Amino acid sequence: MATITTSPGQTRALELNILARKQRSLWRDAWFRLRRNRAAMVGLGVVAVFVVIAILAPFLAPRDPIQQTTANALADPFWGSPQYTNPEYPLGSDQLGRDILSRLIWSTRVSLWVGFIPVSLIFLIGVSVGMLAGYNGGWVDNLLMRITDVIYAFPDLLFLFIIMAMLRNTAAGNLGGGLVLMFVAIALVNWVGMARLVRGQVLSLKEREFIEAARAIGAKPRRIMVRHLFPNVLAPVIVSVAFGIPSAMLAEATLSFFGIGIKPPTPTWGVMINEGFVVFSTTPWPVLLPALCISIVMLAFTFVGDGLRDALDPRMKT
Amino acid sequence: MPELLAVRDLHTQFFTRDGVVRAVDGVSFELAAGETLGLVGESGCGKTVTALSLMRLIPMPPGRIVKGAIMFDGQDVLKMDDDEVRGIRGNNIAMIFQDPMTSLNPVLTISRQISEALELHLKMDRSEARKRTIELLELVGIPSAKKRVDDYPHQFSGGMRQRVMIAMALSCNPKLILADEPTTALDVTIQAQILELLKGLAKEFRTAFILITHDLGVVAGMTQRIHVMYGGKIVEKADTGELFANPKMPYTWGLLRSIPRLDEHRKSKLLPIEGLPPDLIAPPPGCRFEPRCQYRRDICREQEPELKHIPNAKSDHEARCWGTQEGGWLVTTDWRREIGDTRVLEEIKQEVAQLPAEAVRAAEAETPPPPPTP
Repeated sequence: MATITTSPGQTRALELNILARKQRSLWRDAWFRLRRNRAAMVGLGVVAVFVVIAILAPFLAPRDPIQQTTANALADPFWGSPQYTNPEYPLGSDQLGRDILSRLIWSTRVSLWVGFIPVSLIFLIGVSVGMLAGYNGGWVDNLLMRITDVIYAFPDLLFLFIIMAMLRNTAAGNLGGGLVLMFVAIALVNWVGMARLVRGQVLSLKEREFIEAARAIGAKPRRIMVRHLFPNVLAPVIVSVAFGIPSAMLAEATLSFFGIGIKPPTPTWGVMINEGFVVFSTTPWPVLLPALCISIVMLAFTFVGDGLRDALDPRMKT
Repeated sequence: MPELLAVRDLHTQFFTRDGVVRAVDGVSFELAAGETLGLVGESGCGKTVTALSLMRLIPMPPGRIVKGAIMFDGQDVLKMDDDEVRGIRGNNIAMIFQDPMTSLNPVLTISRQISEALELHLKMDRSEARKRTIELLELVGIPSAKKRVDDYPHQFSGGMRQRVMIAMALSCNPKLILADEPTTALDVTIQAQILELLKGLAKEFRTAFILITHDLGVVAGMTQRIHVMYGGKIVEKADTGELFANPKMPYTWGLLRSIPRLDEHRKSKLLPIEGLPPDLIAPPPGCRFEPRCQYRRDICREQEPELKHIPNAKSDHEARCWGTQEGGWLVTTDWRREIGDTRVLEEIKQEVAQLPAEAVRAAEAETPPPPPTP
């Protein structure tokens, strides 16, 4: 083998590299890999922009998103033919004369709520059920997994339709303009995937010796689940959460498009597409713009999810 | 010396689809405070299950402790409720596992894993536990312990991790440590270091320990007494010196013959024990070792011998063998010279050859893999 000559500077760098490596925890390691993934970082940036827009919606939106001015209905966006544009409506207006830009900005809020809250619920229910079933085994596992199977076997969208259609016009459906019901419905339909994922992980983890070692020092089952199992299942769970957010948003848009989601006048991208559909053949912008927003956010979250999976997947580690 | 642990007629069984596996079948022994005991036997002889039973860590189902009593410090472990048992685990009885590569949680720092028992049993707060953890790591010989407490297990080598496991076991100053093949997964030089460390610390802290191994060479310098297990039963009990000088059970002879010796002639071959350990679902009706024993007679097949005192041996030397008991045909046999009836040996070899291939493969799969090269 040829001898490798190193300059003092390189040796120093090697030493530093070794030292730097020592300080790195598993999570920091993953973060390091994520940062080098360009698509994921772009996705993260886009998500951050949308979060800022959502937070600052009242200041960013030039007009009231639900104020109707019929005289200004169906204005084209600024790049349209000059005779149909209106400088007060940079992205045009819908058939009721509402400002599309303002509606898009306010919709970001709803979409992000719908992205994060149901996924948090899914996380809570799925992880708890999965851990209890996987760790306890026996009848607990049987009971919880049969419930899971039943929900899993049901077509997702149909289940959502049934829940929304049934409860939308009751008191529960009116809480927060239908938002609360939407959160609960999406969570109820989607926690099963998470529960199955976690249970599968726990089943293989609990046979590992370090769990036996934890039992051997006298740790209670709850402590073993929270302190020893949970950090070990976190990696796949985070990836699943990252993919869960865009799918929850899409579910909201789908339901709203079919007219059984968020109640008008609250603007959401799905509601906007639904309403714009009536005039689609003459003015496509009221449909295309919210659809574009949905696509961008979905794509961004998918990039982040992919990046997280690559960063956290132990098989990728060298 | 006061008795620390007394196991009486312990039966642990596993209820599987193929039948009831009698993994531990009537084991009794005592251990005084500070005493060291070696539990020796092939894989699948019930050594580990015995140890796990002591802490009630048998996975249930399929396992169950069917019968017996485990008196620890005057209390029956088998009659305690779950909380009381948890109070003993890690606090009074600690365990060191076989493979340090898998018995540490990969996503928790060393400091959190050692601190856990301290916080749990000694009710220390975070900073106290951390201080004690650093002390413990220094005690088990981890250099620059202060810097390394916050490292993760993957940043430690195998020998270092086993030191961490020992530190964990010692953390609450237990009265008894169960070491289940603590050096099997390590290479030979590290083995010696770990054994030396364990021995020194047990002496320093006056901790009793039970060392479980399939290697008689490991227990030789380590323990005061040795119990040899075979087929879920103890087949020979003796002081360590006595067992090596004057073994009284053909199974022990077989184990001793299969250890390479430095003072032996170069060309001399190691003599393995032919055949496989007994199927614990349907063990042989007589002596469990009879199917593999070169010294067997008809009585061995018909009736099971008891664990009895042996003539021409120390008073506390017991063996489970018709041949070496009072009036037996092996009382004066010199195991080093007479390797038994060669005709019987041939018979055994033939029987082994006829065993279904799956059984042999299954038994081979159970034997621990060779230690990884450093």
